[in-house]
Parts: sequence; structure tokens; C-alpha cells
Amino acid sequence: MGVDRRHGADDGTPTPERRGLLDQLAEGYRVVGASPVRVDALAKVTGETRFADDLSLPRMLHCKLLRSEVAHARLLAVDAAPALALPGVVAVLTGEALPIPFGILPVSQDEHALCRDKVRFVGDPIAAVAACDEDTAFEALKAIRVEYEPLPVLQDPAEALKNEVEPLHDHGDDGNVHKRIAMQFGAVEEGLADADLVLDDLFFFQGNTHLPMEQHAALAVREPDGRLTIWSSTQTPHYLHRALSKVLEMPPSRVRVIACPNGGGFGGKSDPFNHEIVVAKLALMSGRPVKIALTREEVFYCHRGRHPVLMRSRTGFRRDGGITAMHFQTLLDGGAYGSYGVASTYYTGALQTVTYQVPAYRFDGVRCFTNKAPCGPKRGHGTPQPRFGLEVQIDKAAEALGLDPAEMRLAHLQPPHAVTANWLRVGSMGLGACIRQVVEGSGWRQKFRRLPRGRGVGLACASYICGAGLPIYWNAMPHSGVTVQLDRGGGVAVLCGETEIGQGSDTVLAQVVAEILGVDLLDIRLHVADTQLTPVDLGSYSSRVTMMVGHAAFQAAERARAPVARAAARHLGVPADRLRFAERRVFDVQDPERGMAFAEAVGLAEAEGGTIACAGSYTPPATPGRYRGAGVGPSPAYSYTAAVVEVSVDEETGVVTPEHVWIAHDVGQCIHRLSVIGQVEGSVYMGLGEALMEEMAYRPNRFGVHKIPSMLEYKSPTTKEMPPVTTWLIEDPDPNAPFGAKEVGQGPLLPIMPAVANAVYDAVGVRVDEVPITPDKVLRALAAPDRRVGPKRFPDLRIGEVMRVKTEAEGGDGTAPRPPRAAARPGARA
Amino acid sequence: MSEQAAGPTARRVQATWRVNGESVTVAFRPHRTLLEVLREDLGLTGTKHGCELGECGTCTVLLDGEPVLSCLVLGLECEGREIRTVEGLAGPEGPSDLQRAFAELGAAQCGYCTPGFLLVAEHVLAREPRPTRAQLVEELSGNLCRCTGYLKIYEAVERAAQRRAEGAAAEGRHGG
Repeated sequence: MGVDRRHGADDGTPTPERRGLLDQLAEGYRVVGASPVRVDALAKVTGETRFADDLSLPRMLHCKLLRSEVAHARLLAVDAAPALALPGVVAVLTGEALPIPFGILPVSQDEHALCRDKVRFVGDPIAAVAACDEDTAFEALKAIRVEYEPLPVLQDPAEALKNEVEPLHDHGDDGNVHKRIAMQFGAVEEGLADADLVLDDLFFFQGNTHLPMEQHAALAVREPDGRLTIWSSTQTPHYLHRALSKVLEMPPSRVRVIACPNGGGFGGKSDPFNHEIVVAKLALMSGRPVKIALTREEVFYCHRGRHPVLMRSRTGFRRDGGITAMHFQTLLDGGAYGSYGVASTYYTGALQTVTYQVPAYRFDGVRCFTNKAPCGPKRGHGTPQPRFGLEVQIDKAAEALGLDPAEMRLAHLQPPHAVTANWLRVGSMGLGACIRQVVEGSGWRQKFRRLPRGRGVGLACASYICGAGLPIYWNAMPHSGVTVQLDRGGGVAVLCGETEIGQGSDTVLAQVVAEILGVDLLDIRLHVADTQLTPVDLGSYSSRVTMMVGHAAFQAAERARAPVARAAARHLGVPADRLRFAERRVFDVQDPERGMAFAEAVGLAEAEGGTIACAGSYTPPATPGRYRGAGVGPSPAYSYTAAVVEVSVDEETGVVTPEHVWIAHDVGQCIHRLSVIGQVEGSVYMGLGEALMEEMAYRPNRFGVHKIPSMLEYKSPTTKEMPPVTTWLIEDPDPNAPFGAKEVGQGPLLPIMPAVANAVYDAVGVRVDEVPITPDKVLRALAAPDRRVGPKRFPDLRIGEVMRVKTEAEGGDGTAPRPPRAAARPGARA
Repeated sequence: MSEQAAGPTARRVQATWRVNGESVTVAFRPHRTLLEVLREDLGLTGTKHGCELGECGTCTVLLDGEPVLSCLVLGLECEGREIRTVEGLAGPEGPSDLQRAFAELGAAQCGYCTPGFLLVAEHVLAREPRPTRAQLVEELSGNLCRCTGYLKIYEAVERAAQRRAEGAAAEGRHGG
């Protein structure tokens, strides 16, 4: 299981200062695990927090985008000159001015800030106006003339797969197939043949969207010396920085990106966006600050949300419920652009193996382009869909085998620190404790298959990564960096590129530093998410922040603590390993009266060695898988969750009402306990929305028009749809995680959708093998001869060669024996 | 454009409102909403927007003590009226008991919907000092929050209610 890295890397024989710190932590945490008021809370409750659209600058212009009204067309002409002639209009922009493409992944640089040759979905931006105010800019859009030549519209990935019409893009694996993956670990067909029961199920997970309360906004300014500064509601300022530098052809040193606190992200602000590049360009052109704030309708077009995924799962079970082999297939509806799609595709197959033992595993995944808003990462990124299929299928298997679904799962858990068939190393593994807790707490044994008709319970489990093991663009640099700077007044400046999106990352950063230096949160000043000032952190995605920022902050704070400890030790005549830092003091643990104020100790250290400014950084450990595609799935640690949902189902109306949710989450160790619970409750909420109502729905008449790009019609749970939630936290510190802390922002969402589906079956005996489980589907299932609603066909994915990788049990070494012929292009590292 | 609804010289109207207890006179184009005038002309950016179509509750302010969606109210309708925004909740001594309860109990995560919830909650507490959970579910149902699942928001309003009740009781004892 390796070295315990909870308290920083093991650098050989510890110094006395390090021994003192480790002893301090061993005596108990003061700040970590508690729930002090979040460092950003008072600004938020007083309305003082400045979100991107709250900023304004003198002489600021307002930008509006002209977006495509058709789903797929060649652009024959775009004439923005008439708009420029209008009073109050200062600048107009079309795709000609921005020829360089961009995109979040190096393998799919397929977006232009403004469309040049084609438009690919309703909402694709074509032109931009900067004017004296928003109304003027909006009016001016009407003067822009666009000439379209219509192209066939693709709405269905199964149609796209056939490659019968002109492809949307000239990149990808095969026409409209953006990505095709086929990989096998171990003897799958043999495993299926040996099984006592083989289930072959089809599932569909409808697309849905993040719906953050804050609409995206950005403000750009050209500094007097020609440099560019942009404030934006982005979760990934570092990636935006790279995209701006590339598209605008400016050295990164002359571009400054500041991520404002995000008014909710959930993955929807993780791509570099058209509007950010457009306002930057307009600011450079006009020499004036330019702001854009998207309308809610435009946010639906930005999307990058949950991929609609059609799934086929063929799984073999032994009589005791153990899985012999699994063949999982996914077809992703990618929408019009690449976005994170290559990674999303891998993720629909990556984490099927980390919860229960799966000795042999095959995954085929295909992502197609369609003329709809691009899909990307939403909370759980690519894993809620296959998790839904897996957990519902296990529920079916348990029934077929006459086993209790909770007991069946418990009997076949992955052991801690195991290596899965697809070469993921599981760390600490608290799923068993989670299942036992929700079974006990929900009264599962008294309820399952025993409640009166119309009422039911369902159980499901899940796991999620704590940060991706590999970065989005290939490099060997740290994933996160933190600088800690001490001042002689006892203040601590902490600089980090991390981005607060509501999850509490600022508070985690401050707590880690406060724990090590023994100062109050109020002594700490954070400077975050500013590419000019702060060390790089890759961003608030993939549940990586607590893991990676936590480690970097730990290292930076420990390095800043050392000279202070040495100076205080000399001054007090006490060995440094006996010193403790707490209550803003440095003192002898054997004689606490013997000590001094932290500020005084900093002054002594500064006198001895000069200004104290120390950096820390973090790079995830190497991963055991070394085959193509092994980059998606590995993580320093995995969180685990189990949930029981109780529902009532009205057989007259088909309405499913969640009555109570019991959920246990293995978080390793809480940093901020209240925020951990908040993330669990928020995940339950969002999961219920996905389970019961949320869907990105397009008109079926092939014009590619979104049905409901508004908050009224895109149904999301209000207070009235939110049931009581009982939350338990399982704290089994992970040796790879700072203080042992694992993720909580995404994992707890995952079990909710399958738990609801399983509960509906328990209540009325129908299988709705797709989400959202809307009343019409429940009614149809009740009327159906097979008591099921769900997909009935799965298309031929036209899989060619399958990459085969020996499992650890087969004596493999994590590599594919020979390079696959047509698997992917060079550089397609995901 | 010929009627100059837009453009740099578009016609403006003048109005005098009471905002958070202070009189202000402001000029704005006649179609501007209360939300827009508050944020863009008066610099009161504490009031947020989530849809500008009256769907999400984020832009809620109190108009003569009643919650309104400021994106659906014209600035022209507010002449002489009393408007309370999140900036008007805190006093010189700092955040109000309701604001503190939101901060202490994790009712604000991203914080974007928070001002709207605070104003609705303030209105609820003004009429019903000890609201039941069922009343809160009803009263807060017009405001969307994507972070919390609403549970921490209920708890925060309940804590503020409890503190106010305790404060009133203590005052009563001193008075008696």
C-alpha cells in the first residue's frame, strides 16, 4: 500500500522541525475536521462578493453575440459592417479576425471564437458587437447580415454513426465518430460463459445541464502597456490563459486571467469559451474595457453538460452474486464540438471496476458529433451514466439470484489498495462501512420488498476519483502550487491558482495552512485564481482541489514553518521537535508557558534568514496502467458512497415522489465538516433532479432547436421536491491524501439516480431503465407487457480491433502487448 | 433605434426612490427594470440575476416590504417607494442575525442565490417569527438554489428565528 503521504512527502530522515509538526498533528487537529465559518461566507451573505458580472470599469463597453439560428449550415457571408455604422457601436467582430482554433483538450482544438466556415448548432456564435450599453449592442445584432447554406442536421448519434452525411468536423476517428475506444482486460467471454447468470441490459441516460445560478460573464481590458487582463466566471483560469494566449497570439506572460468566484459551476465553466476570447479581442481592438454577460438562454447553448449515453451492459454473475466478467458499451451523443469529449468517453468505461470485483472487463465506447450544444463535464463527468446502468443491473441480478442487493454488494467489494482489472489502484475503501450505515439507518431490512404497494426503497453505490492522475495537456509539472508568505505582524499570505466555485476550496486552503502554522483563519489572506500572481492550479474540476491544493498547501506551510521553528527553538532554548504551533503562539509542548507569539517568532526568523516566502507543489503518484487510454481513471484516491432512497409512486399519475434519502459517504477525513455535508446534500439534490426531471430536450423534427432553454421549462427541483436527507460521513483517512481527505463534491451524486430507479421498481414493480424517470414513462411501464420502459436496440458500434491488456492476476504489467493499429491518433493522450 | 430606445443618447427618465432607507434620485431609460437600475445605475450589485425572466427568484428584493422579482418590475413603477436590497440587511455593527446564521450553517455555498433567499426569509420572519419547516418550504419555493439542496437554508432561517425569539424573551424579562 506504500508510504503514508497524508502529512506530506516522506523525504527520508525527518528534521526536528518536521518531527515537531508530525507530533503536533498526531496530538489532534485544531482546524481540520471542524466547521469554522467559511472564509468567503460573510462576503457572500452581505452581497459583497464580486462575481464577474458585478465588475465594471470606466469607459466599459458591452458585448453581445449573434448566434446561429440554424443547427447546421455553411456560412456563405457574414456582414457586420451595417452594425458598426449604428450610433453607440464601437467595434464588431466576425470569425475572420480569429482564425486560430482552440479547445480544452489538445486532441480536439475544434472551436473558433466565432464561426468561420460553418455553424454546427443553434446557438453557435457568428459575430459580436461592442457598444456603449447592452441595449445598443443587442439592437445592433439585428443589423448583421448572415447568409446560410443549409446542411443536413444530425440529432441522433446512432444516425451520426452511419456516416451518411457530411461530417461536422474534419477531425475525429472516423467521419462523425469523434472517438472510438475498445479495450479488454482479461478473459471476458470465458467469464461470461462460466457465469450462472448473464444479464444483457440496455440503458439510456438523457443529457442534462449544470444550470448554475450565475450566468457566465467576462470582462476584459487592454492595459496601457498593451497587456491583457480578463476577469471571468471560469473554473479553469489556467486553461483559459493557455487558450487566450494561443488564439490571440500573445505570450502568456502578457495575458492575465483572474477567475472570479463562480456562482456555481458544476463543470459548466470548465472550458475556454467563445465569449471570453471575443471580449478579450474586442478589448484589444477598441482599447476599452469590454464586458459580456450571457443570457440564461445562451447558457443553455454553452452547455458542456451531461452527455446523453445509450448503454449496453452484459455482465456475468455467479450464484453468490460475484461478477465473473463485464462487457460494457456506451454510445455518447457529443453535440457539436469536442470539448472534454475524449475524456468523457473514456470515463463512461473507466470506473466500473473500482467498487465490486470485476475480474475480466471489456469496454467499448463511441462518441459521435451531432448538431446540438456541445456536451462535456458535468458533476461526475462521464461516470453517472454507466454507474446508473451498473447499479440497476446489480439490482436486477440480486432479484434473479434471490439475494439481498445490499448483502450481495457487500460480499464482493474491491479490497482496499487493490489493483482493478483495468489497472486502477484503489486506495482506502470505505464502501462496506457506507453500505452497512445506510442499511442500518434507513431500516432497509424492514422496508425492502416489504412496503405497501406504491412505496419502495432502492439502494445504490458509487465511487469517484479524487483528482485525475494525469493533466489535460501532457506535461511533467506539478498539478498544483501554493506560496505561503509570512509577515512580521503575524499575517500569512497564501497564493494559489485554485478557484472558488462554491465548493469551499478557499476555506480548505486556509484551513490547511492554519492547521500547520497554528494561526487563525482571520490571520490568513488568500490570493487566488490570478495567473499573474498565483502558482498554477489546474482548476476546480475532477474533484482534485482538496487532494492537490491540500498537498501543495501542506508543503508550502511546512516549509514556511521550519525557519520559524528553528528561530524559536534557538531563542527559547527548546529542541525544535518539542515546539507546537497553535493559538497564534509557538511553545514548548512540555511547558506550554514557555513560548512566544507566532508574530514574534516570525520576526526572529526573518532577522535570521530574511523574508519568509515558501512554495509547495503537488504531482500525483505514477499510475500502474500504461496502455493507451490508461490516463483516464487513475487517481491518488477514490471516494465511496452508498445511498438508500425511499419513494412513493402514484400509479394514477405516474408521479414519483422521493420521501427520504439516507446517504453515507467515505470522505477519508473531513477538512471542513459542514461543507462536506453541504456537498453531500447538494449532490443528493442534483441527483434527484437528474433522476426525475432534468433533461436537455431538443425538438424531434430535426431542426436541432432546444425545446426549453429557460429555467421555467427546464425543470429542476424546488424546495417542494427536496426530501429530507440523512447524511453519514465515513472517515477512514487515505494514505495518499492530505490529512487523509478524499473528495466529496461529485461522488455523492452518483448513487442517487440508480437508487431512485431501484426504488421505483420496489414500489410498483416496473423497470424504467432510463433517466429522467418522468411520470409518462412510469405510466407507460405500468401499461407495458414487460413492465419496462427503456431502450430496445443498441447499434453496431463498428468496433475494429480491440486493445487487449493482461490483468494483474494474469501476470500483466499494465501495458498492452503490442500497439493497437487503429485505436487513436498520435497525441491522443486523454 | 430611431426612437432612441438604445444608443448613447437614448431618452432617460428621472425617479426618486428610497433605497435601504436613503433617498436617491436616478436617471435611466424608461424600459429599464428595477434590477438593472439597482445594479448598473446605483452600483448595488449585491442583487443578482439568474434568468431575467422571473423564473428563478435570484433577483428578489423587498418593495414596500413585499418580495418582488426585480427583473420583472420597471424602474418607473418605483417612484417614491421603499426598496430593500441585501446591502440594506447588515447594520453598522455588521451582518444581521439572519446573515450570520446563513454564514455559520453553510446556507451559502456559491453565494449567488443567497441575497434573494435572505430577502424572502427576512420577509417571512417579519410576518411569522417562528415559521414551521412546512411554511419555509412553501415560502422559499420561488427561489432556486443549485448548491445546497435547500436544507442548510431552512436550518439557517430557523436558527435566526430562534435567536430572535430568545432575544425578544430576554428583552421581555429585562423590561418586566
